[in-house]
Amino acid sequence: MRHRTLHGTRPGTLHGTRPGSRRCCGLFSRSRQSADCEGCSPGGGGGGSGGGGGGGGGRMFTTGAESLLRQAREIRDEELGKFCARVCALLRKEDWGPGAVDALRRLFLIVSATKYSRRLEKPCVALLQTTLCSPTCPEQLQLLCAAVLREMSPSDSPSLSCDHIQGTRQLDLVASVLLAQGDQQQVRSLGQCVLKVLESRQPEGPSLRHLLPIVSKVTSLAPDALREEQTRALSKRLGDWLRYASVQQGVAHSSGGFFSTPRARQLGPVTEVDGAVATDFFTVLSTGQRFTEDQWLNVQAFSMLRAWLLDSSPGGSSAPDVDDRSELEGSTLSVLSAASAAGHPLPPQEWLQEKAFEYCQRLLEQSSRRALRKADSDLQKACLVEAVLVLDVLCRQDPSFLYRTLSCLRPLYTRLRGDPAWVRALLPVARFFLRHGEAAAVDAEAVYQHLFTGIPAEHFHSPMLAFEFVQFCRDSLPLLGRNLGVLRTSFPNLFKFLAWNSPPLTSDFVALLPSLVDAGTAVEMLHLLLDLPCLTAALDLQLRSLQTASERPPWDVSIRAPGCLEAFRDSQVQGLFQHLLRAQASGTAERLTPLYRLLQPLAGCARVVQCAEAVPTLLRAFFSAVTQVSPLPGASVPAAEGRPEPGPTGPQLPRWPRGRSVTADRAAHTSPGPAPVPPRTGAERSPQGSSSQPGPEQRCSLGVGRSLSLSLSSPQFADGVLASQLALLLLERSDSLYQVPGYEAGVHRVLGSQFPALCKLHPPLVVEQAKELLEFVGGPRGGGHVLASVVWAIGEYLSVSWDRRCTVEQINNFFEALEALLFEVTQSRPSTTLPKCPPQVISVLMTTLTKLASRSQDLIPRASLLLSKMRSLAQSPAPGSVCGEDAGAVRTRATELLNLLKMPSVAQFVFTPSVAASEPRYHRDTNTALPLALRTVSRLVEREAGLLPG
Amino acid sequence: MVHVFLIHTLRTTKAEEGLCRVLYSCFFGTENSPNDPQPHGAERDRLLRKEQILAVARQVESMCQLQQQACGRPAVDLQSQSSDDPVHLHESPCGAFRLTAGDPFQEPRTVVWLGVLSLGFALVLNAHENLLLAESTLRLLARLLLEHPRLLVPTANLLLRADCIEGILARFLPHGQLLFLNDQFVQGLEKEFSAAWPR
Repeated sequence: MRHRTLHGTRPGTLHGTRPGSRRCCGLFSRSRQSADCEGCSPGGGGGGSGGGGGGGGGRMFTTGAESLLRQAREIRDEELGKFCARVCALLRKEDWGPGAVDALRRLFLIVSATKYSRRLEKPCVALLQTTLCSPTCPEQLQLLCAAVLREMSPSDSPSLSCDHIQGTRQLDLVASVLLAQGDQQQVRSLGQCVLKVLESRQPEGPSLRHLLPIVSKVTSLAPDALREEQTRALSKRLGDWLRYASVQQGVAHSSGGFFSTPRARQLGPVTEVDGAVATDFFTVLSTGQRFTEDQWLNVQAFSMLRAWLLDSSPGGSSAPDVDDRSELEGSTLSVLSAASAAGHPLPPQEWLQEKAFEYCQRLLEQSSRRALRKADSDLQKACLVEAVLVLDVLCRQDPSFLYRTLSCLRPLYTRLRGDPAWVRALLPVARFFLRHGEAAAVDAEAVYQHLFTGIPAEHFHSPMLAFEFVQFCRDSLPLLGRNLGVLRTSFPNLFKFLAWNSPPLTSDFVALLPSLVDAGTAVEMLHLLLDLPCLTAALDLQLRSLQTASERPPWDVSIRAPGCLEAFRDSQVQGLFQHLLRAQASGTAERLTPLYRLLQPLAGCARVVQCAEAVPTLLRAFFSAVTQVSPLPGASVPAAEGRPEPGPTGPQLPRWPRGRSVTADRAAHTSPGPAPVPPRTGAERSPQGSSSQPGPEQRCSLGVGRSLSLSLSSPQFADGVLASQLALLLLERSDSLYQVPGYEAGVHRVLGSQFPALCKLHPPLVVEQAKELLEFVGGPRGGGHVLASVVWAIGEYLSVSWDRRCTVEQINNFFEALEALLFEVTQSRPSTTLPKCPPQVISVLMTTLTKLASRSQDLIPRASLLLSKMRSLAQSPAPGSVCGEDAGAVRTRATELLNLLKMPSVAQFVFTPSVAASEPRYHRDTNTALPLALRTVSRLVEREAGLLPG
Repeated sequence: MVHVFLIHTLRTTKAEEGLCRVLYSCFFGTENSPNDPQPHGAERDRLLRKEQILAVARQVESMCQLQQQACGRPAVDLQSQSSDDPVHLHESPCGAFRLTAGDPFQEPRTVVWLGVLSLGFALVLNAHENLLLAESTLRLLARLLLEHPRLLVPTANLLLRADCIEGILARFLPHGQLLFLNDQFVQGLEKEFSAAWPR
């Protein structure tokens, strides 16, 4: 039934030419018919689908919408013209019945459905504007006119003006159209119009409450829209509305029976949210059955208060001068105040601040009452948050509020921290203490301790709190100052939010990471980042362990894998779980391999997979924070930056993913699937040169300095020791990861690209860690990305020019190990268990071996032999090793390297250029070495290559 | 201050056919900066706004899909509910995320969203808005729109009921101003709205 109804929409009665048809949603169908059908279709749909249509409900919605939208978009101009003529005819004769409503609804859809502008005839636009401003037209129609006009905006020729509009309702409607135009001048004149009405103090005048939101919007769009005296006058009235709204309920007008005359009934005083009679002045938390106009204004005034205080603050324009007080007395505007409270002793801005303070104090008191309705209890929390935010603004504007504020916030904090239901309200309170704590001698540290240790562990699963908490951390960075340490050591706890809610929070953490990481925690943080999907799984288990079996939904994975939950309580792995779920940095990093096995059943969970997808992005942010800038002074050799890529022998690494922007990361989440990444070689990603290298003293102070600059470009701090640690960690963890589908490959890509960056940061690490690197290339290893970059780094940095401690023996050892490795990856029979070796790895291996040979010339004959073997191997590749194009690339590379090795001095120059080659003159002066040499070499290489059979 | 309110379709998975469609959107004011070096003309500005809204809608859809998957809820769950059943808004997926400056809006914004049946509701807010208030306002708007007779059955009707949405927004979110309305104020406004709107 429903299906048929929707099908009916598809052919559509585009021209309205089938008067008899029962199409109900055709855009141009006659209004009477469509009105009929609107009555029947839902009923029919609901009844017809019954239990059967269940799962398709959503799609059905979409299908109906889809076909209507298509119709609206496909309407041609002449059709639209005819339709507009019909609309005009209706509006012109002021036929404001259902027909006009229906036609305008369709017109709105046609205008709004396309992103391209729809042109309506001038008379039609004019009629829409006239109807909009008509005092007698029904609201429904006027809103539609406003919506159509707004949807067309911004338009080049707006003719609507607010100058002659008197009624607040009309002004309200016109404002919605004008504000959408985005023209500053119009916004300002709108502001003046509204102010004029507000100032025209008619006792029984138009309802002013519709105007306040316009004022609020106008001042946010054009802060200079109101003149200073207007701002002052309005500030004072806002203060009055806040503080002196009636405490009696509105009057209920009973129409009276047949014999009785209509009479007004007073309903008595307003009440608190818990039902008690109001004890003090009216606020948004005061309830009753009916509300008076000034109570409405009270609500509006509080709703716009914070923004108004900020926008109208004298700090923005000029400081409040002494004249204020005297001016006030004689001001014509000062008598505008509609409410009571004659004679204000304070200048308007201070008056408003004072009233705002009292209001917030009262809200704090009211928020402790037990609300009778759920909605009111939600509002209490929102009000409490707002009150604290307003108090914060007040104390910033006038520190004399501080002491009074603290005396109410201290007990509030104590009350809130004990009640989990109010946890979100705790954040602004904490922020207040952060900002003003020092002045008020509050132990801010205790506040953060509670915040960072308790809340994330208990509330990581609330998406809204997670978002707010991370925002809080981001916003608080400039305030934390010397307390940044608390935030930094709490990263294991903060990562719980990330592990559980990775899609919305990844970009926030990318921004937060540079401030979180420091030399003391970098190693531990990298471990935890690599274990993030495992943390997700552990949190999942933790959450489940708190539920009883009956509470779990039927699709719960732990039912399929009950062993997980039992293991969670098992004393043997308890320690590991506790380590993984720790609240603060422990200074150690345990190997979690037993947990990986145990949590394997959870590895397929969508949440774990989502987290795993976010990790590469986070790793990139981590490394960019650690390795951003320059190598450090004291390194045994000069800086590496600017070093030219040694021509054809540069590393031909696999395609490295470029450090993606935050946007791209979100896009990756929005469209799962491999995002195309531009190619980038390992050497290219190396840090930019920096002439000013921070000395050790400077480095010590960086911790504090960085807390103040929140950008990603903060100076790096990884010294040689840390770079070595991270490099080894990277090798060690490359084959020790939680097995989530696709995780290892993604992580390897990042780790592979970061290894050369660490080496570049601290080139001697290759010599220093020779033993570990030898073990790595000689041992079992996974994907080619990490291996290729390690091999490349060996070729690049294992040289006396980088570290004088480098010995011939070391070079020989590496040569032998890599020779064996090359032999292994190319000669071994194709096996189903081992992944095929990518040609990039073969290519990098050959290059590195040649580089090593050029530095220890005894090895040249061996290298040449090896290369010729490779060349012939690539010509007739063993089945399954390398093939096709890949074989061709390997062959070419082998040939090039062979040619270079024929001239050992050239080879040495090309493979191990002197550091001086990085100086600019080598690139500028055509007669000096480099360009000339490179040209000669490439000619040599090409000629030789040309002589060889293709 | 709310910058944009929008309603759009919500597919359960990316694989589902069709596209994410914006069914209704309302910009409250615009963010044309006064010192925009290159005024682009009305038509391009309008196009830009529409693209911005669609960009938000797509992100909300993804966030909602990801959250639903992460909760382990089967894909049909969100939509299997017959539209005749009362909708439990408190169980509906909801969340918030940040939009950095320049993507797609000039200034940084926060998006609060709510997924109900096959519809996504979202508010684009200034960066430091009261999120508790924004969230409850969004739930209130969604409830009012869902409760209004026949508004959502099927969505096609929503496309042709702009007046109703406008009427609700004009009262509960006037010019994008989030209001602190207690339950009695909400009831009063609801009555006023019902009286003004012929059912």
